[in-house]
Amino acid sequence: MVIYGLGIVAGCYFVGNFVGRFLGQLIGIGGNVGGVGLAMLLLVIVTARIQKKQGGFSEKTSKGIIFLSSIYIPVVVAMASKQNVLAAVEGGAVAFLAGGVATIGAMLLVPVISKLGSKVSVSGGDEA
Amino acid sequence: MITKVLNSIIGRDGFILSFAFVALIMVAAYYIAKLIKQEKMGSAFAIIAGLVVAYIAGKFTGGTKGIADIPIFSGFLILGGSALRDYTIVSTAYGVKMENLKKAGLAGIVSLIVGVSFSFIIGAIIAKLLGFTDPKEITTIAAGAVTFIVGPVTGDALGVSSEIIALSVAAGVVKSVLTMIITPLIAKKIKLDNPTTAMVYGGMIGTTSGVAGGLAATDIKLVPYGAMTATFYTGLGTLVCPSIGYLIINLIF
Repeated sequence: MVIYGLGIVAGCYFVGNFVGRFLGQLIGIGGNVGGVGLAMLLLVIVTARIQKKQGGFSEKTSKGIIFLSSIYIPVVVAMASKQNVLAAVEGGAVAFLAGGVATIGAMLLVPVISKLGSKVSVSGGDEA
Repeated sequence: MITKVLNSIIGRDGFILSFAFVALIMVAAYYIAKLIKQEKMGSAFAIIAGLVVAYIAGKFTGGTKGIADIPIFSGFLILGGSALRDYTIVSTAYGVKMENLKKAGLAGIVSLIVGVSFSFIIGAIIAKLLGFTDPKEITTIAAGAVTFIVGPVTGDALGVSSEIIALSVAAGVVKSVLTMIITPLIAKKIKLDNPTTAMVYGGMIGTTSGVAGGLAATDIKLVPYGAMTATFYTGLGTLVCPSIGYLIINLIF
């Protein structure tokens, strides 16, 4: 059933956010620390598990999950529509510069990383 | 009489109405995208349209919640709220397979770590240069330079104001739109013509819509490779930015 798909994602969402909020309390900054990322990882693990056990979710269950990911862009559009954009525009340059420089810089680094990555000799970088 | 009927609908059915309004925004955005023969940019246009709508609403109402400050559009608070946003984002991890994750290997993992760190650091430096001093605000803007999802998730976690969250969304949208436009132009120069480079590309840039759109405009076969690492980028960003990222920013500034 389609609702199973919605339920599986909701389950991952709750477990992830629970751990995320717990971590937040633990570190002492409060809030939700990476709950969404953890929930995503959990969904990947659950999916892999089900794949191994019974060859994946039924078509209808998977339709429920796909339904959610297909309304992700509309939800982001709604999120954009309720932001305080007026204030953002008034402080504008920072958004354009931060987004722009990060994008172009990262693109130029792509050939470097592909080379490094294939040589298997890299330790990574500082996590920030 | 009509106002009375309308008012009774708004109170109860605002959430349902918001679906119709978002659908209208999407229709308009995809129509424009089709008109200028940039169909892949439909979602980017829709997000920009949302930001424009919020800007206009802010001018009219003087409020801080964009279109949601107009009573009939109050349903946007739920549809565009953090609960549904996070719920739908989690679902996008579906389809990422463990084997592929392992296959992506070192190049993919390195690109993810370097990619998130790079955008975050650049975003933080620019926020600092442009006069932001509160570590929570710097972190949120820096997270926005990671993606337009990581920004608001980080901002919510740290409890910054809606203006800063809007800035972080705007930074992420700039990134997404630029990626879609520049990818096909720069592809040859950065040797973006094979699966490994596509995975590295997804891991370096990370904005899923931008990477998917940009790669589709370059070579449709590369899309799943780039999208796969990109899917983890937002996950890694939401994990790292409000935690380690904030701690580091808090130490430095």
